[in-house]
Amino acid sequence: MKDQEQLLKEFQEKIDREEKIEPKDWMPEEYRKTLIRQISQHAHSEVVGMLPEGNWITRAPNLRRKAILLAKIQDEAGHGLYLYSAAETLGIDRDTLIDELLSGKAKYSSIFNYPALTWADMGAIGWLVDGAAIVNQVALCRTSYGPYARAMVRICKEESFHQRQGYEILLALCRGNAAQKKMAQDSLNRWWWPSLMMFGPSDKNSAHTAHSMNWKIKRFTNDELRQKFVDMTVPQANVLGIKIPDDKLQWNEQRGHYDFGEINWEEFNHVVKGNGPCNRQRLDDRRKAHEEGQWVRDAAMAYAEKRSNKIA
Amino acid sequence: MNEALIKYLLSLGDTSLILGQRLGEWCGHGPVLEQDIAMTNISLDYIGRARLFYQYVCELQNDGQNEDQIAFMREEEDYLNLLLAEYPNKDFAYTIARQFFLDSYFVPLFEKLSSSSDERLSQIAAKSLKESHYHFRWSSEWMVRLGDGTEESNRRIQEAVQHLWEYTGEMFQYASYENDLTQQSLIPAAEILKEAWAFHIQRVFSESRINRPSDGWWQTGGKSGRHTEHLGYILSDMQYMQRVHPGLDW
Ligand SMILES: [Fe+2]
Ligand SMILES: [Fe+2]
Repeated sequence: MKDQEQLLKEFQEKIDREEKIEPKDWMPEEYRKTLIRQISQHAHSEVVGMLPEGNWITRAPNLRRKAILLAKIQDEAGHGLYLYSAAETLGIDRDTLIDELLSGKAKYSSIFNYPALTWADMGAIGWLVDGAAIVNQVALCRTSYGPYARAMVRICKEESFHQRQGYEILLALCRGNAAQKKMAQDSLNRWWWPSLMMFGPSDKNSAHTAHSMNWKIKRFTNDELRQKFVDMTVPQANVLGIKIPDDKLQWNEQRGHYDFGEINWEEFNHVVKGNGPCNRQRLDDRRKAHEEGQWVRDAAMAYAEKRSNKIA
Repeated sequence: MNEALIKYLLSLGDTSLILGQRLGEWCGHGPVLEQDIAMTNISLDYIGRARLFYQYVCELQNDGQNEDQIAFMREEEDYLNLLLAEYPNKDFAYTIARQFFLDSYFVPLFEKLSSSSDERLSQIAAKSLKESHYHFRWSSEWMVRLGDGTEESNRRIQEAVQHLWEYTGEMFQYASYENDLTQQSLIPAAEILKEAWAFHIQRVFSESRINRPSDGWWQTGGKSGRHTEHLGYILSDMQYMQRVHPGLDW
């Protein structure tokens, strides 16, 4: 019987050799917990993220956009499914995870606590929110836990379509009339800072970064990813011809990166704590769907049991 | 120009669009993630189908109108959809029963239409038939699951069937343009469809402890533009952007 220290050493060596950790492998309890937290948070984000966009399905301005939006949101539901399955490989079931979401114990990405007020927000969400998600998720395709990494590879393939459809929505608006351009600018004004917040607290205040980096759950720090996103997005905003709402935003020749202003961390903390404009609404919607679906899930279960009794 | 054909295509397109719109309301609110995906999927099929019918209408009319003007710029009385399609989702049981009644109609309809002598119509029908086979399997499986699940699910699906039954007769009461097309041998006679429909219904009811309501008075009018109060609200949502900002590209 190997002792704990030896196991831990071998585990770390395996990670350092870039070998994937698989569900049956030994892993430290802390690694398992961190992953469950992160993957379930990610799954919840996919599902809660359906709500702001779902809001606009019935009001999409034309049939083509309506169809694209439906397909996009359906993808997100699929992402939720892959991720719940990935989390289940760590020995926790989906019902427990969903209960944790509904009780407020588990978190989801705070970005979805902002309201989708205009059609342009469908553009901004695809472009910025899916764009930020891609930066995060591309990094996660090489994460050390096998099932998570594989789920990410599948998801990333679909995310680039999401970002493109969002950008196209804004492109159409920016080529349109004054009202459409105004709508586009207004959505950028509202979604820019929350998008930067998606990368989490800055490195100096991040509670989880060090451990996650050693175990290669994370491969880049929050600030590195945020910088990557800003560098990628600024030129795209220029093509659209709309202005990013940050006076400090400026190319820094020396660093080879854009400098940008300070995030309003007070707002960030408040939204994380549950005080964003839509926190209560989003959770209420999820709870309502879950409660009203209970009898349906019960019926499916009861029917399946009857069937298996008949066969047996 | 074949006026009757245009009305018929509009009627099929409108039923598809309105039902697609209704199913889209479920997105993000389904009873379980897998069924959320299924309903969104079916909604997508119906929106796609509506586009095909409208595009064909545009070709026939050849007056510069596009699919979006048809979908978004008409008045309530111009919509020729079945009343059943505009019935509110209410709960999962109503949604399933509504879907099942319509799928049981679309499968035999598209079977017949896929060999219509109108080539475009037969192409659209062939594509729709594949989708409707899948929808029918989904909705009929849920009919059985709910009917033969728990006491509560049985009560709910029975209630939904009971309430929606009066809307099912409209499918088989042909509007004048449908009678014209039957005479032109472009579409199947109503009796043939009714027989196939009743067969599907009976089979699934008997598997699922659901009682068939007795036939009574049918609610009709949708196919000639007289609707329930629900359609106005659907259109207010759906047409909002096009009405506030008419004639723009999106
Ligand atoms: Fe996603
Ligand atoms: Fe996405």
